[in-house]
Amino acid sequence: MGFPHPIHPKETPVLSRHFGEAEARSYDGWVKRGGYRALEKALGQTRDQVIEEVKASGLRGRGGAGFPAGVKWSFMPKQKTKAHYLCCNADESEPGTFKDREIMRWTPHALIEGCAIAAYAIQAEQVYIYVRGEFTEPIGVMQAALAEAYARGVLGANAMGKGVRIDITIHRGAGAYICGEETALMNSIEGKRGNPRIRPPFPAAVGVFGCPTTINNVETLSSVPHIIEKGGAWYKGLSLSNPKSTGTKLFSICGAIARPGNYEVTMGFPLKELLYDVAGGMRPGRKLKAVIPGGSSVPILTAGEAEQTLLDYEGCVAQGTMLGSGGMIVLDDTTDMVYQVMRLARFYAHESCAQCTQCREGTAWTVKILQRLLNGQGRKEDLDLLLDLAEQMTGRTICVLSDSCAAPVVSAIKKFRPEFEAYLTRPAARA
Amino acid sequence: MSDLVKLTIEGREVEVPPGTSVLEAAKLVGVLIPHYCYHPGLPVVGSCRMCLVDVEKSPKPVPSCATPVAPGMVVHVQSEQAKAARRAVLEFLLINHPLDCPICDQAGECELQDFTSQEGRASGRYADYPKRFNPVETFGPDVLYVPNRCILCTRCVRFMEDVAREPTLNVEERGDRAHIGVFDGRPLDHPWAGNVVDLCPVGSLLSKDFLHKARAWDLDKTPSVCPGCTQGCNVTLETRDNAVLRVKPRPNPSINRWFMCDHGRLNYAWLNRSDRIEAPLVRRDGRLVPVDWEQALARVAEVIRSARGSWVGLVSPGASCEALEAAGRLLKTHGGGGAFRVAEGPEAPLAGVPDLALRKERSPNVNGALSAGFTRDWAATVDAAGRSGLVLVLDEDLSGLAQPLAAGELIFVGTVLPEAARAAAVVLPCANMAEEEGTFENLRGVRQRYAQAKTPPGMARPAAWIFGAILEAAGHTAGAPA
Repeated sequence: MGFPHPIHPKETPVLSRHFGEAEARSYDGWVKRGGYRALEKALGQTRDQVIEEVKASGLRGRGGAGFPAGVKWSFMPKQKTKAHYLCCNADESEPGTFKDREIMRWTPHALIEGCAIAAYAIQAEQVYIYVRGEFTEPIGVMQAALAEAYARGVLGANAMGKGVRIDITIHRGAGAYICGEETALMNSIEGKRGNPRIRPPFPAAVGVFGCPTTINNVETLSSVPHIIEKGGAWYKGLSLSNPKSTGTKLFSICGAIARPGNYEVTMGFPLKELLYDVAGGMRPGRKLKAVIPGGSSVPILTAGEAEQTLLDYEGCVAQGTMLGSGGMIVLDDTTDMVYQVMRLARFYAHESCAQCTQCREGTAWTVKILQRLLNGQGRKEDLDLLLDLAEQMTGRTICVLSDSCAAPVVSAIKKFRPEFEAYLTRPAARA
Repeated sequence: MSDLVKLTIEGREVEVPPGTSVLEAAKLVGVLIPHYCYHPGLPVVGSCRMCLVDVEKSPKPVPSCATPVAPGMVVHVQSEQAKAARRAVLEFLLINHPLDCPICDQAGECELQDFTSQEGRASGRYADYPKRFNPVETFGPDVLYVPNRCILCTRCVRFMEDVAREPTLNVEERGDRAHIGVFDGRPLDHPWAGNVVDLCPVGSLLSKDFLHKARAWDLDKTPSVCPGCTQGCNVTLETRDNAVLRVKPRPNPSINRWFMCDHGRLNYAWLNRSDRIEAPLVRRDGRLVPVDWEQALARVAEVIRSARGSWVGLVSPGASCEALEAAGRLLKTHGGGGAFRVAEGPEAPLAGVPDLALRKERSPNVNGALSAGFTRDWAATVDAAGRSGLVLVLDEDLSGLAQPLAAGELIFVGTVLPEAARAAAVVLPCANMAEEEGTFENLRGVRQRYAQAKTPPGMARPAAWIFGAILEAAGHTAGAPA
């Protein structure tokens, strides 16, 4: 369904309140909806006040890792000796995730405002918004909004008339999933091949162009104006559950579900309710089989596990998975798990940057084994081999792409092993 | 010293300066942690994941090349987890590797071979899937790329980018389709490009010059100094059957780090020349006839005694300091002097290393010749030679001389006999630099020893020995100060 869809009563629209309103894309429309008040307020505060407010809100990174945003900002050097940079990660390429796209499509000024506040807080004058190259429409919307923001004096040498320089540049990616990894993204901005960098040094010390850099996700940055305007305590109070997971989260629900789309609920919302109430439940006659809750990179949940899961960082970990980016892939009882896992692995094999040996060779090997299994030519040792490869692909590499390929494979074999074994005894079941 | 970091590696305590990597610290206690992408002369990328080791209190293995030492760190290289991680990397590396060691030039000096036999699996589990195949490519005048053997360590890419500062190589494609690519229309013809062959840990980048010439284990290796220019890069002469087959750089942090230029690398054929003078020759009845050293030196003594007028020396700045000093002393005691000339070529610096270049002067011992008292006044000295009583030549090819060399007698010490020296009274065969032990003084005044890599032909002797003998024949004690 996508947007616009009527807001479900169980949703808590903060970021998505104005989704579907074409007028909100313009500067005037955004100001009418209360836009840029937060930026004005932030520029009137000290940088530390802004950071403290974001820390108080408990806002955590929405790109997948869930690192507290305010803490991340506070890692930036207080004494500025070099240029500081803010990068906004809008390279939303995680399969099953499409929330940042909607934020940029409908509320571009929310992102610009968030970027400007964050840039002020970390003493950055230059912001790069690194947008996934395939996002032609969101890029157009963002560019128009950016031009308007400059024309209205929001940005530039004298942002909001407060004497602060804030420049934002939209950088368009060229179609590599790995460029969503923060250090690969920085390399890409520098015009280099998008290879993740080894850490340390961390971006807050040596980031883009060798200067201190903070990288935040679109959703994270878009949440910042609300926090500045209404206060960290308000944002923290939105949480239903764990005090460490605060605010609201956009979930992109796709796959075998009646109403796919983006839904914004508070942290700690039960996954079961989100699927069956908010997103309309399963399609007629189908049953839930499995959910990949946080984009394709996280362990798969069985139906039973999914129905007990509370949607926040800790709730997902309790079920052995991760909240990730909030891209939820719903699989129903018609799903062939072996095939699904092969498709996922094939994606990672295609997108591996080829730096680390385990990832470059391991992802492709995993695909070959799974394909042979699907062709009815699997061998009984193949499942253990897959698990062994996955073990060696986890926690051994520069970035987590290799882990991301391994996680669904391991969880699928552990939770749906009979389906894999069936291929061993049922030759050429799927040609 | 208190500013050193103390840690334990494989049960051995080591103290190193802060910032040292675990891998380098391990080397100091004699532990070689297997690695591919890491090279001390290149930026660290930590991508091959071969150097994974266990550090106590760290939940997962860490790449030792990119992990700085910390006080009290306890590192286990041979723990089960670390070994399993490296075994897995080797298995991953080998799934697309052709295992064509029997026809691979690198076999015997291949790090993939070494580490696989050291700690790899006895057999792989890749089963019968087809391996990745890409055709062999020519990268440059002397560099061949065999993509099937490539393990994508990117040492070559980083060398061209960060050391040569001419980024003609890159990684093309992604995932297991990746391979090293060369920039379209920009062959790998940088004057230092040959280093990528040395840096390549496997047989993926090969020297066309050395292709299929010899097996690595058949080569004898002798530490030497490159005779190609005044830089004085440390090299290893690799010989088989008394012939130099390959020249490789020998690390020296203060002169050439780990590198050498292509000029030096490929300029060795003259060390194997077969048209050498093999016996001392003396003039009898207008002809040069071979004699033994005793007779030859007796004749030299006669020539010296009967010489009238001044003495002049024409020497090569490719001779050793020892030979040049003996020759200089001989000339000086007879009131003579000498000069040399140097072949020149364009200077080619290695941008990423300070004070390292293929120098304009293409001879190894210009400074040695100067210290021995020889001058650069070639034309004037040749002129003087035409009027002198005795001309001493030390391995100078005497090309391009307009006039007869000597009014009096000519004593020629050299490796090959040029036309212009056929009028010599005595011809004494000397060893070339690969056949003797000696010293060169480079352009920064550093004197470096080179060792003998092969035997001289016939009765040829090192030039330093010959001049010592001449000094003696002329009535000086060889060891006496000038």
